[in-house]
Amino acid sequence: MTTTTIEDAPFIEPSATAPRNYLNDEYGVLSWLLTRDHKRIAILYLFSVTIFFFVGGIFAFLMRLELLTPEGDMFTSDTYNKLFTLHGIVMIFFFLIPAIPAVIGNFILPIMLGAKDLAFPRINLLSWYIYILGGSFGVFVIIAGGVDTGWTFYTPFSTQYSNSHVFLTTLGAFITGFSSILTGLNFLVTIHRMRAPGLTWFRLPLFVWSMYATSVVIMLATPVLAITLVLLMIERVLGVGIFDPKLGGDPVLYQHMFWFYSHPAVYIMILPGMAVISECVAAFTRKKIFGYKFVAFSSLGIAFLGFLVWAHHLFVAGISIYSAMIFSFLSMIVAVPSAIKVFNWTATMYKASVSWQTPMLYVLGFIGLFTIGGVTGLFLAALGIDVHVHDSYFVVAHFHYIMVGGTIMAYLAGIHYWWPKITGRMYPEWWARLSALLIFVGFNLTFFPQFLVGYVGMPRRYHAYAPEFQVLNVLSTAGATILAAGYLLPMFYLAWSLKFGRKAGTNPWGAVGLEWATASPPPKENFHETPTVTWEAYDYPAFLKAMRETQETKHA
Amino acid sequence: MTDFPLFPEAASDVAKYVDGLYLSLVAICGAVSLLIWIVIFYFAIKYRRRPDNQLAQEQEPPALLEATWIIVPTIIFIGIFIAGAWVFFRIQRVPANALEVYATGRQWMWKFQHPSGQREINTLHVPVGRPVKITMASEDVIHSLWFPAFRVKNDVLPNRYRTMWFTATKTGRFHIFCAEYCGTQHSGMIGWVVVMEPTEYQRWLAGGTEGSLASQGEILFQKYACNTCHTSTAGARGPVLAGVYGKQRVLTDGRSVVADDNYIRESILNPAAKIVAGFQPVMPAFQGQVSEEDLIRLLAYLKALQEGGRPVRPPEADETSALLEANQP
Amino acid sequence: MRNPTLYELQHPGHDPEEESQAHHHPFLQHHFEDLGQQHEASNLGMWFFVAQEILFFGGIFCAYFVYREMYPEAWKAGSHHQNWQIGLFNTIVLIGSSLTMALAVWGAQGAKRKFTTLMLALTLVLGTVFVGVKGYEYREHIHEGLFPGAMFTYVDPNPALTGGVQLFMTFYFAMTGLHALHMIIGAGLLIYFIRRAWRGDFGEEYYGPVEIMGLYWHFVDIVWIFLFPLLYLV
Repeated sequence: MTTTTIEDAPFIEPSATAPRNYLNDEYGVLSWLLTRDHKRIAILYLFSVTIFFFVGGIFAFLMRLELLTPEGDMFTSDTYNKLFTLHGIVMIFFFLIPAIPAVIGNFILPIMLGAKDLAFPRINLLSWYIYILGGSFGVFVIIAGGVDTGWTFYTPFSTQYSNSHVFLTTLGAFITGFSSILTGLNFLVTIHRMRAPGLTWFRLPLFVWSMYATSVVIMLATPVLAITLVLLMIERVLGVGIFDPKLGGDPVLYQHMFWFYSHPAVYIMILPGMAVISECVAAFTRKKIFGYKFVAFSSLGIAFLGFLVWAHHLFVAGISIYSAMIFSFLSMIVAVPSAIKVFNWTATMYKASVSWQTPMLYVLGFIGLFTIGGVTGLFLAALGIDVHVHDSYFVVAHFHYIMVGGTIMAYLAGIHYWWPKITGRMYPEWWARLSALLIFVGFNLTFFPQFLVGYVGMPRRYHAYAPEFQVLNVLSTAGATILAAGYLLPMFYLAWSLKFGRKAGTNPWGAVGLEWATASPPPKENFHETPTVTWEAYDYPAFLKAMRETQETKHA
Repeated sequence: MTDFPLFPEAASDVAKYVDGLYLSLVAICGAVSLLIWIVIFYFAIKYRRRPDNQLAQEQEPPALLEATWIIVPTIIFIGIFIAGAWVFFRIQRVPANALEVYATGRQWMWKFQHPSGQREINTLHVPVGRPVKITMASEDVIHSLWFPAFRVKNDVLPNRYRTMWFTATKTGRFHIFCAEYCGTQHSGMIGWVVVMEPTEYQRWLAGGTEGSLASQGEILFQKYACNTCHTSTAGARGPVLAGVYGKQRVLTDGRSVVADDNYIRESILNPAAKIVAGFQPVMPAFQGQVSEEDLIRLLAYLKALQEGGRPVRPPEADETSALLEANQP
Repeated sequence: MRNPTLYELQHPGHDPEEESQAHHHPFLQHHFEDLGQQHEASNLGMWFFVAQEILFFGGIFCAYFVYREMYPEAWKAGSHHQNWQIGLFNTIVLIGSSLTMALAVWGAQGAKRKFTTLMLALTLVLGTVFVGVKGYEYREHIHEGLFPGAMFTYVDPNPALTGGVQLFMTFYFAMTGLHALHMIIGAGLLIYFIRRAWRGDFGEEYYGPVEIMGLYWHFVDIVWIFLFPLLYLV
């Protein structure tokens, strides 16, 4: 069989005049701050989450510097405790949760559906303002002296003992929660009601399936966190004993309620990552995702099972042996849908046309690191091992492999993949590859030693530690330096590309999918006429067939 | 111990099970991860795009694969679950002959009390080769008592007794860490467990001066005037306490509870919560008046208080109780 | 080079950068195809919002039940401080407001401008009565020293139950407070809808917003139907 290439396809000249697009349609600060265009709101989110990412990153880097030596010699214990607390809060509530849904999802999801906008554009803008309001509480707390409870706000420490700004922080997290609820609601309605003609459920890109699952989890889990934080605030302000055992409360109930949200929140953070990876795998192998329905339903499976495993955070916190068994079992089962995804992505690469462009490098990194993050999750779900490694650096390493090695890798893959669509310009490939490599190397050097030091016995949230842990900690800090460089690079080359990057054109990757059928950057209404969809998702075979036909007619 | 160990010292009898499970998981999961890495990089290189505009061929891998990689991992995961649960049961089930030690966590220190009366801070002396059961509670926030060398850990909650146990298999000094974040000096809430030969341990125990825990409790029992109502005769205002520990108690509302550590704790601090049938809720609440350590002393006294009204040998300790009796006036 | 898209291969002659005409209809938002789609979307949105609310209240109900199980006696003692006659009155008021709300939706569908406005206004009045009565109850509780925290001066005849009664009252104020907050937000929305109804915005084609308002209002009423027995009649 001869290889078919894209070159032989018909070539349509782009319009000679500069087309109107969402960026140049209106000008001025107000045209951004009052916009109802999902694409502009996505850009607003992009700026805000990037700022929070670097704020959280600075906290992380300061912690790594402190941990160079076993003694607590750089900061006081209180400062260190505030650093890891703020790092967690900023990264989770203000970066990881909104990052992919509110930036990439906001921008791409309506276009993928062939819709002009999300179902509720004003609510979409509102959700950004709510996010900013919640975020300003976060910023205020940082300036006013911080908070030292850990991002989990465990009672009774947070309600009765901590002298830091617990109330304002929880209020900020509470408010931000509504921002994600509104985004989730908007996505759900949009996916249900705004699909283009012909775009049936099983023709949806897997990105949409994954976002759907994410939105369901956001909608059903976040309100529980909200009410939990309300109870926490009531207890802290009034000094009553909802969770304080001295006054008749139950601190373990707090943990149950908190993790009922916060474990699904892990899936709120990783499912969008999987969404991006599915898109990139298809685009950069030019193949239909192997086992489309399995990947689609595995997202829903994760969303459902994710609600049933929260108490695996409480194996040593005082739940009965039998409930521990049930939650351990369910935690094993929740790993199955993730495994299905990994295997299907891998199988998709079989006899594919694999590109080595930057997003694909991130995809390869994601699959590798997510696999490690996933299998170490099995260690933690196995009761006998969890008793030892619970609250140790092993846990820290595990969730960073998922959150950083998984979600942030996917976020960067997505940013690079859709950058030409968002800005109309290509990023510089060489620099982007360099940064992907630095991030991969730096990440592993930072977090792999933490598995080891965790099993050896280093507890998490330790300001000073036993001297025998030092070597691994120094390695980790060295890795963090490389990682920091890797994260800073895109700031420069992406900014550079805005002005100097090569013009992207409608479909720079030769990908199928509705977002690649409209101009880059897209016009304000996404499509000038509502598209009718007649092909399956990732219909590269159809693309191939159409190519061959064009080729034949050309030769005839 | 090397300068930077990559694997923790194993000094308890459950450590070998935990380590065994851990290393088998490392082997299985490592192999699977490695396989995935090799496959994706093999595909990425073998099928790399050249030229730039090449499209993929249409071949699909066989569909049977899907079933394989759903069923096989599920079976492996369930296997891991069973192995993990098996080890967990070993960690949880306290042997009947365990030596009893009490621990109190507070910001930011560990306090230990031995039945023979010794008190220690941030250091715990235990004999080698003998199960040690720790009954623990916190004075303030949640802590977590972790012995990495023994591979056991348990959260220490305020206002509630929880237990953990281990059998040390090696003499030496091993870390004690607080594993649940508890505030400013969380990373300073550390200590050492000293595992000693039994004879040495006996010598160490003999160094105590305050009298046994139970006899300290007996003094408190009088100090708090418990004995005015809890006399050893039936028909008094309070129930007879001799021999109560570990027994079923029927309450006024018909429920019945086992008089275990937590029940006794609650009955001292908040007696109205569970009144034994046939008595009035007349006892004052001692919430906030009895310190955690005194509670432990009272608890030890009640455990030792067998039928007949005077402290006798606690059923589960032998060496300690020998000393205990030696200490009696 | 410029790669073609699958879309244009299948739709020859389509130019992704070509301009087209937009829709025009008074209340149709630009991104919807027609009013039907707009109506369905907002309806579904409110159902999802209600689902979210159920989880929100579900969390506090769950905590309520945990402590009720833990302190059954104190819960009984606490509920004796609730005046069930007042509670019942409020329940009837709220059910009445649900009825007027339903009638308002019916009126909006039939383009009965004055009737719709009247029914919405009645709903608002009944809602305000409810919140007013709730405020009176709060004042009584605070007077009795039953507001949890520093203001809690109440001592139960059985002193051992005092702590539990305070916990009960904490849940009482938290649950009814959140409910009242929803009522107040609902009242604010009603004012907006009264204005729109009077202006004659709603008719056979376009009544979706009133229907959604109705959904919200009924949901808030149903929450109270659960709260009333749990807090007053334990």
